[in-house]
Amino acid sequence: MHELSIALSIVEMAEEESERQGGARVTAVHLKLGPLSGVVKAALESAFGLACEGTILEGARLQVEEVPIVGFCKRCHVERTLPSMQWFVCPECAGPIEDVLRGRELEVIALELEELEVPR
Amino acid sequence: MTTKPRILEIRQKVLKQNDLLARELRQRFKDSGVFVVSLASSPGSGKTAFLEKTLRTLSATYRVAALVGDLETDNDAVRLARARVPVKQITTGTLCHLEAAMIERSLEDWQLDQLDFLFIENVGNLVCPSSYDLGENIRLVLLSVTEGEDKPLKYPTIFNTSDVAIITKMDLAAAVEFDLPAALANIQRVRPGMEMLTLSSKNGAGMDTWLEFLTAARLRDMPATATFHS
Repeated sequence: MHELSIALSIVEMAEEESERQGGARVTAVHLKLGPLSGVVKAALESAFGLACEGTILEGARLQVEEVPIVGFCKRCHVERTLPSMQWFVCPECAGPIEDVLRGRELEVIALELEELEVPR
Repeated sequence: MTTKPRILEIRQKVLKQNDLLARELRQRFKDSGVFVVSLASSPGSGKTAFLEKTLRTLSATYRVAALVGDLETDNDAVRLARARVPVKQITTGTLCHLEAAMIERSLEDWQLDQLDFLFIENVGNLVCPSSYDLGENIRLVLLSVTEGEDKPLKYPTIFNTSDVAIITKMDLAAAVEFDLPAALANIQRVRPGMEMLTLSSKNGAGMDTWLEFLTAARLRDMPATATFHS
């Protein structure tokens, strides 16, 4: 269970960005998550709520985009999306997939910010 | 007063700091001519016995040292110190894995260029250590025969992100009716082409092959510095 420390890193990253943006409130964090990141989505989501408490992210939403594992099949010579992380074989030719191109993602893609607009 | 929502793209890896630090460590290890091996496994898979035997044998020829991650006690470090090589404990408290920053801190008073091999024993855990690059040359994942053949399928991430799988406690294989071909097939399923070794730290079977593999791997990675030390 290292999802809490991951969540704290995400919050820290968002806080820094918010500061650069003049202290805007962060209402959502968009995250890309691959199955090989070693991070469990549900555990991260609950840890995120905790990590946001008392920060500028209080109440923020974590929008997780789960991306599949993509490997390179040397036999077919093309990229293949793998349906399972328990079977690193090409879904077409059943050849072994040794090169994993994507699927380890643990990336903050975007933040939703809410800026106070000073009335004229 | 109204609010104005907007979306700001940032595209940043959450573990960017760790990755950057691991990259720096990797360069430092390379410059110092030290080959770094990390070990991950479940608790009780025989990691410490394996490491003790490895340190003991290797230290006859090479300058070796170990960093040992553990939640609370320093029992493992004490055990490893019996091999009469420098051993340092990294107590992680409640943290279930090692991070590059902990490695960097632990190395502060060590002369890396005085070492040929450095071993990093991660906290006993097959989940969390897979996310953190420590700057190692190779990552080992250990699986003991008592854990069952399907462990690689239950923890594909650590197997897929490791370089070598080592099956330990082979002396117990018959007693627990361990199906070796099934275990090897499961490893290849989650990491095709993975290097696999079987051994027993207790009776020493397979240790020679492991040490040959290790010294060859070092030679391959750092040919210029792989000189003999006594």
